[in-house]
Amino acid sequence: MSFVYILIGTVAFAIVAPIVGCLLAGLDRIISARMQGRVGPPLLQPYYDVRKLMEKDDVTVSGVDGVYMTCALVFTAFAGGIFFSGGNLLMSAFIITMASLFFIMAAYSSRSPYAELGAGRETLQVMSYEPMVLLMAVCFYMAAGSFNVADAFLLDKPVITIIWPAFLGFLFILTIKLRKSPFDIAMSHHAHQELVKGTTTEMSGKTLAKVEVMHWCETVLFLGWTGMFFLWMNPVSFVIAVVVALAAWFFEIWVDNNFARVKWQAMLKSAWLVALVAGGFNIIFLMFV
Amino acid sequence: MSYATKSPWVIHYDASSCNGCDIEVLAALCPGFDVERFGIINTGNPKHADIFLVTGSVNERNISVVKQIYDQMVEPKVVVACGTCACSGGIFHDCYNVLGGVDQAIPVDVYAPGCAVRPEAIIDGVVQALGILDEKSKALKASKRGA
Ligand code: SF4
Repeated sequence: MSFVYILIGTVAFAIVAPIVGCLLAGLDRIISARMQGRVGPPLLQPYYDVRKLMEKDDVTVSGVDGVYMTCALVFTAFAGGIFFSGGNLLMSAFIITMASLFFIMAAYSSRSPYAELGAGRETLQVMSYEPMVLLMAVCFYMAAGSFNVADAFLLDKPVITIIWPAFLGFLFILTIKLRKSPFDIAMSHHAHQELVKGTTTEMSGKTLAKVEVMHWCETVLFLGWTGMFFLWMNPVSFVIAVVVALAAWFFEIWVDNNFARVKWQAMLKSAWLVALVAGGFNIIFLMFV
Repeated sequence: MSYATKSPWVIHYDASSCNGCDIEVLAALCPGFDVERFGIINTGNPKHADIFLVTGSVNERNISVVKQIYDQMVEPKVVVACGTCACSGGIFHDCYNVLGGVDQAIPVDVYAPGCAVRPEAIIDGVVQALGILDEKSKALKASKRGA
């Protein structure tokens, strides 16, 4: 039965998440522009960008990067489906990592030095955030008694009350997951880094459009994870979760606009330190209560 | 209208400009003019770009670079020559190593003159280029359907 839910969830996520993600991306660009004293593009600009990319000619260096990106998109939808149908949080986390790995493969497949370096750094990003993601899932399990997200609705108080350190740790790595500024070392949305476009250097047209759409879906999924901490029995908690997720997202944009890019060493060390302190101590604390 | 005109991404290359025109190109991206209002982004990557902004004249050393950037761009694409040097060679036209305007290397669609070219002229040039981009985009679609 749960498999049917996941399938329905995946299809629903594949339809709704790109729409929501696209609007969020458009808002992101407007808010960023306002923070910089500019007017910014129209709200639907990300949609126009993707439509334009689909109209471009088909050019590819390796011939397989498009296939890898399709796989990445499918796994992203699957991860979102598992999460939003109330399924296993740990599974969702693993499958979204799978999508990242396909994205990395797509970058490696071009053999271009910029893309390879970008792919290497994307791998480092995965290495940086993965410990905290796993510890977050473990903390959720210990607090809710189950890995199933749907079980959060059975709790009489939200998990945030006892795993707030894990939440703070998750907020830290959310910046890496969303590829935002201090940690956008593999691919920047802005063309002023030494790797130019890093992972996506050799991608164009439809393949690049897939990267954009994957990014929209990822944003929705990760904001879903953020909101999950605030769910409990009360139906009002759903509204609170959405508000908190949007607040976290606004915070990420603010961080993106205010901090300069760090080196990968700083990213890896700080992310692991945060995972150890926030996640580790949270687990130890939970073991004794 | 094709979507190409709603999200024109540019790449800017300094051929052998004196840097006067480059500063004006970047000025067009700053808050004062904010071309992102029209969806214009400076990509820095030829594979992502739709519009090629070249400043400065073409010489023996950089002609291959100009050609390569142009070849790496994915159709439909347009070229805007920014500044008098890029249009005709300008003040450097009779230097021993200068070949002339950008049209000596690649097909140029729009010429935006000025020394240095004013941001308004660049924006006007890009807007004209959008019309050409639209036509090219439609032609590409038609040829794809035909094939
Ligand atoms: S047109 Fe004038 S400002 Fe522009 S590159 Fe040539 S000399 Fe410099």
